[in-house]
Amino acid sequence: MVRAPATDELADLVAEARAGDSHAFDDLVTATYADAFTLATRLMGNEEDASDVVQDAYLRAYRAIGRFRGDARFTTWLYRIVANCAATSLGRRGRHRHEQLDEALQLPDDHADHDPERKASDAHDRVRVQAALAGLPEKLRLVVVLRDVYDLPHEAIAAELGITETAAKVRLHRARKKLRARLFPIRGEIDENEATDEEVRGAG
Amino acid sequence: MRAEAVADLGHAGRRIDGITCAEVAELLPAAVDGGVERRRLDRRVSRHVEQCLRCQAELAGYRRLLRALHDLRTEVLLPPPGAVAGCLAALAGAGERRAGAALLSGHRGAYVGGLAVAATAAGAGAALVLATRKRRAG
Ligand SMILES: [Zn+2]
Repeated sequence: MVRAPATDELADLVAEARAGDSHAFDDLVTATYADAFTLATRLMGNEEDASDVVQDAYLRAYRAIGRFRGDARFTTWLYRIVANCAATSLGRRGRHRHEQLDEALQLPDDHADHDPERKASDAHDRVRVQAALAGLPEKLRLVVVLRDVYDLPHEAIAAELGITETAAKVRLHRARKKLRARLFPIRGEIDENEATDEEVRGAG
Repeated sequence: MRAEAVADLGHAGRRIDGITCAEVAELLPAAVDGGVERRRLDRRVSRHVEQCLRCQAELAGYRRLLRALHDLRTEVLLPPPGAVAGCLAALAGAGERRAGAALLSGHRGAYVGGLAVAATAAGAGAALVLATRKRRAG
């Protein structure tokens, strides 16, 4: 027999939390924390900021749980709140400091034996992809993580980040180009990489 | 070697079937949208890609990127020790939210057991659940 216990049990907890049972909400936090923390870490690019963002997100979720409708999955709803909190946090931070982590990050280098069509080493790719994501400009990172890792629709991403759908699509396009060029470059492309970095920075 | 062939053929100004590699390169990021459902490339573009090793390599790079990004979704990072407890404490301090505390129902224990399995499967460990139990006992 196939069943999905985690989803069913979350649904029950959500119902109890909506009815005002704060212990049920605590159980929801406990059950979903690692997932929310993972998303926040991917969005913020580091674990320290992620914990703050997750805490903000749960406080907001607690206040808003009565407005959560059962037709969406709780985790999807929570992810959108985490995304919104991450964007707010980065926006706040951006006003105080402007340094770009982009160049500081060293990727494990495998140019030497690179062949895009060779059998992918998935674990190796994963480590490099995480490093490359953390090195992206924040605006691009938020969008590509939400779209290509978490599969959120463009309109949800635009709404939570406070940008237009067109802007979300443009950022996704740029993020994919940068990541592809950086992670899976083809010969003679190194100079284009530098140009792309400048272009993104200039475009703000 | 494939890579050498790409180096020989590849330069962005090259025109095949009336469209340049640079123009194709602008369309490739969207061609892998969603990573599963691949939007059909324009006929002219796909003819170019069929004949161009450079653009083939680039498209393969995008597919590999999307696959790698998608795979990240299955990974759950372990939160630092105390993070969950800290968050619960912040929630408790956030207001007069303990009013409904007496509502604890008898079958909650069964939920917690189920959640322990789910959390372990997700790589999050049972420690989180233990923390909840301890708090509730106190
Ligand atoms: Zn080409």
